[in-house]
Amino acid sequence: MANRKRNHVARTIRIIASWIVALIVFFPILWMLLTSFKSELDAFSMPPHFVFTPTLENYEQILARANYLHYAWNSIVTAGGATILGMIVAVPAAYAFAYHPTLKTKNILLWMLSTKMLPSVGVLVPIYLICRDLNMLDSKTALIIIFALINLPIMVWMIYTYFRDIPYDILEAARMDGASTGQTMFRVLIPVSRGGLASTALLCLILSWNEAFWSLNLTTTSAAPLTALVASFSSPEGLFWAKLSAVSTLACAPILVLGWLSQRQLVRGLTFGAVK
Amino acid sequence: MSARIRKRPERLLAQPAIIMLLVWMIVPLAMTLYFSTQYYNLLYPGKSAFVGLENFAYFFTYPSFWTSILNTIILVGSVLVVTVVGGVLISVLVDETFPGQGIVRMLLISPFFIMPTVAALVWKNLLMNPVSGFLAWLWKLFGATPVNWFADWPLFSVITVVSWEWLPFAILIFVTALQSLDREQMEAARMDGARGFAIFRYLTLPHLARPIAVVVMVEAIFLLNIFAEIFVTTNGGPGDATTNVPYLVYTQALLEFDVGAASAGGLVAVVLANIMAVFLIRLIGKSLTEKT
Repeated sequence: MANRKRNHVARTIRIIASWIVALIVFFPILWMLLTSFKSELDAFSMPPHFVFTPTLENYEQILARANYLHYAWNSIVTAGGATILGMIVAVPAAYAFAYHPTLKTKNILLWMLSTKMLPSVGVLVPIYLICRDLNMLDSKTALIIIFALINLPIMVWMIYTYFRDIPYDILEAARMDGASTGQTMFRVLIPVSRGGLASTALLCLILSWNEAFWSLNLTTTSAAPLTALVASFSSPEGLFWAKLSAVSTLACAPILVLGWLSQRQLVRGLTFGAVK
Repeated sequence: MSARIRKRPERLLAQPAIIMLLVWMIVPLAMTLYFSTQYYNLLYPGKSAFVGLENFAYFFTYPSFWTSILNTIILVGSVLVVTVVGGVLISVLVDETFPGQGIVRMLLISPFFIMPTVAALVWKNLLMNPVSGFLAWLWKLFGATPVNWFADWPLFSVITVVSWEWLPFAILIFVTALQSLDREQMEAARMDGARGFAIFRYLTLPHLARPIAVVVMVEAIFLLNIFAEIFVTTNGGPGDATTNVPYLVYTQALLEFDVGAASAGGLVAVVLANIMAVFLIRLIGKSLTEKT
């Protein structure tokens, strides 16, 4: 009896501790959200105002003056373009690796993985110079290609692990009915594995949206995505906390929601299938 | 025989991906290698010349270079320790079902989806500003003098921000891994009188061994490339206190336009990463053969 009571107390403590830890971890995001609805004066106030008159002024100004939509559009085009390009290349590759493996397939897959480990700075100089010579500095096309390439290994791996889980019999049945490779892929394989493909695309979208090394180094204004817009708030003269918070909230909200919806599937992609 | 011929065209489907990655890897790396042996400054484009290993000599005798290597190792190492230890403890804490568990997990993994520039600027200004930051207020509340985080503890501050970004990743992986832990085994151990810590030590921890290894390796890949967080907060300073290898290469290449030296530095980063890579490839390769 006493034991059960002690268990109950322990459980309650545990639940409370869980909530406290979760709120601490989440606090910076919450604080950013709150600050985005404050006036600049409230944002700087000391002690901080927990109760304040919320205002949409920051959002209005961001949309009107900071050209937010231009940067958001660049983020959508580059992240979206990279995802589409990546999927077009990754799906056939994963298909070949999963259903028509050769002796070399495993090594090729591991080699692909190893390209992910090439640090970006190792190729910064040549990529910068190539882009300069091709007139692709500050170009969305360059970012699309680069984002697609840096995510390609993860995408191939992730789709490969999904395809591997689909029984070959299903494909063989379609083949027996006289379907070509293309038909088998589009009519059978892709519909069957659409959940996995969707989460792969989502992971690529999230990683491209948040990518900051190449987007900061290769763009200035015309192709600059949201990561660069946020970075422009780091200069001392541009230090408007409430507006920084508003921009940040707008830039992060869509990805945060997508992340919440797909947390479980992301594990597989982020660990190259080693943890499911 | 005919079956083999029929299969061949489908193997070609992998070619675009292989060729694209090959080009992406080989061409720039070859150029980096070439540039690293050249005197080549973008400000004086006509004057390039072969200088052998001079760029490497320049780098190895450049005081900031060794600082940047050390900073990289401290940054990667500290973040790994914080995220793995914190991640294991937190994921074990939230493992048993309780009301609101879903929300708690959502809150816990959220920082992972925040873009690096946002994370860094929110921490630097809203939280860690010595005058109006939230932490300054918290410090005053307890009668302490607010700390000027990014000025007095620059590397620690960067580590804090990056740990906050990557802790959720560790939690996400460990929470998922714990779900496959054998509950009956746990129950049996409990029946036999095993206490909380013994269960953690002899059941949970061994079960998490592989996920921990994976988290360490995957994080290491990304942590070796940390750039944006430093770019928007400290610019590598004060002095070179928060300059890591990527940031040093960036300053050489795009601020001083010294292509040769930057390339030499880039190659050093590649070598550092390769040491990590060898371990990761082995690990993932093992799991690949185990499951098929």
